[in-house]
Amino acid sequence: MKKDITRLSFILLFAPFALWIILLIILPHIGMVIISLREKVAPRIYEFSFANYVDFMQEPIYWNTLLRTGSMSLLVTVLALIIGFPIAYYIAKIAGKRSKGALFLLCLIPLWVSDLIRAFGWILLLRETGVVSTALQKTGLVSQPIEFLYNDATVIMGLVYTVILFMIVPLVSTLDGMDDAMVEAGYNLGGNGSTVLRRIIIPYAMPGIVSGCIVVFMLTAGSYLTPILLGGKNSSWFTEQIYEQFISRYNWESGAAFGFLLLFFTSIVVWLGLKLSGQTLSSTVAKS
Amino acid sequence: MSAEYDLECLDVSKNFGGVRAVEDVSFKIPKGSFFSILGPSGCGKTTLMRMIAGFEDPTRGDIYIKRKSVLNTAPNKRNVKMVFQHLALFPMMNVFENIAYGLRCRGETAGEIERKVKDVLERIALPDVGGREIHQLSGGQKQRIAIARCMVLDPDVLLLDEPLGALDLKLREAMKIELKLLQHQFDTTFIYITHDQSEALVMSDNVAIMNEGRFEQVGAPQELYHDPKTAFVAGFVGDNNHWTGKINQVIGDRLDLVTETGLSMTGHLRGNAAAAAGGNLTLFVRPEFITTRKVEDGTSEKISSDDNCLTGKIDSLLFNGANSRILVRGPGQELIEADIVLTGGTDDLRPGDPVRLSWPREQTMCFLA
Repeated sequence: MKKDITRLSFILLFAPFALWIILLIILPHIGMVIISLREKVAPRIYEFSFANYVDFMQEPIYWNTLLRTGSMSLLVTVLALIIGFPIAYYIAKIAGKRSKGALFLLCLIPLWVSDLIRAFGWILLLRETGVVSTALQKTGLVSQPIEFLYNDATVIMGLVYTVILFMIVPLVSTLDGMDDAMVEAGYNLGGNGSTVLRRIIIPYAMPGIVSGCIVVFMLTAGSYLTPILLGGKNSSWFTEQIYEQFISRYNWESGAAFGFLLLFFTSIVVWLGLKLSGQTLSSTVAKS
Repeated sequence: MSAEYDLECLDVSKNFGGVRAVEDVSFKIPKGSFFSILGPSGCGKTTLMRMIAGFEDPTRGDIYIKRKSVLNTAPNKRNVKMVFQHLALFPMMNVFENIAYGLRCRGETAGEIERKVKDVLERIALPDVGGREIHQLSGGQKQRIAIARCMVLDPDVLLLDEPLGALDLKLREAMKIELKLLQHQFDTTFIYITHDQSEALVMSDNVAIMNEGRFEQVGAPQELYHDPKTAFVAGFVGDNNHWTGKINQVIGDRLDLVTETGLSMTGHLRGNAAAAAGGNLTLFVRPEFITTRKVEDGTSEKISSDDNCLTGKIDSLLFNGANSRILVRGPGQELIEADIVLTGGTDDLRPGDPVRLSWPREQTMCFLA
């Protein structure tokens, strides 16, 4: 009797998860694989072929965009880590018990506003007639309006701003678990600030660092709104290519192939990152 | 100041906001001795230790290590190492790396590090654990590694912050002896912080009893036990029957007194205060100094005139092997603890037996309240 109830509750709890995985992830992806592996030979007649993937290889603009997206995403990840780590350390270790909650909440508040609105916020600030440009002219620092939008630096800044929270949260949760005595022991045994950081704090926080980096990298490489709005038409983000294939050219076959290539590429980068840092998925993402 | 002292504290005080955690503590620790600071939780002992290690700055006073003031020395520059309460071994390093950490911070050569770590592991009798991960060690092994990690740096003073607290009873007993042996072997000054009096008494050459930020008394364990200077020390160290009472008569250092429950006794005034008739007293009698005799009909044993004596009935028997004890319901209905020996024979005391309790006058330790 009891056993049946346990089994029933397991099935009931597991069912939504299974449905979600199968219906929303596995099935659509199988569909995409099938679409990406066919070629239109005549109206409504398709043949199995790797033509879409071959196209990608033969057209430098495609794989250049992918490489550019990947390297810029890596840069965003590194910047988010460098900026996010001190913030997370402050929240987890230095701030008092009460201010800790408040600071964490402050980090979460931007999430209440949609990505789109936040990007437009940046546009208001940075466009030629925007707040920053006007203020600089008023103070006499510059003589004519400056366009801050539509360059790589702005795109990177906007992306860091959008994703940094996903770096801070796992870092705070791992650093929170670190006994203060560990840092004190590091000093007591003769280490200076940089030794303690290098040999104790960072190795201890490694699972959080890796898991934050994975999430941030995936979000950045797959982001669409921020690069388009802040970088304009020339931002050359790979998701833009995918969008174009699907929507503008109505070339689903090629769009599906690009989608797969993005997934494959980011997975390879994450795998390399895990190998280089000596971590595994179960010791990082699954833990935080 | 002489070179004999590894550590000296001079009028050290620490305030946290309006709270005084440590107040005017002064002490000197001779080279190579085992010194314990014993006190209830919240008495300021951990704060005192953190000041010695350099994690807190004293509000007033000075700390000298090897005759040099260390107030302006950063924690990582002081040759004082610390074994933390939860040991704080680095989980991301193996045993070898944990011990080598301090040596690497000093910038010693790889060969030197290898040799020193191997040497210290042998001294703590764990020669083959270098390659193990921290989570693969048992509680006692972790303990020894934490000590080795400090001792490999050859510190002037080793601080130990209740490191046995997390161990189970059996292991704790074994580690007490082992710590004492390790201290002898390394011949380094150990300062041991604890709230467990048995740890302090068993291991230490000298013990400081700390209460509410102050040192109540500093002395050898036997001295603290047999000659406490304050009521707090008498009550905190060892087991006691504790009464409050009033002085009837003062004859030299002999006091005739009556307790609140109406027992008449004679006692011995401790501490340096002068007593007068009518003064209030706190008094302590240790259970092991009370002699218990079964009251047989018609027998009246001769008892020396100084002795305190009272009769009662055994209320219950607390059997604990060699440390067995009885609770006696006295004339004033209070319960009195007395140590007894149970042999398992037929003439052992049993609950309900009438008994006569007696103890010498000197063993009624009286303190003016």
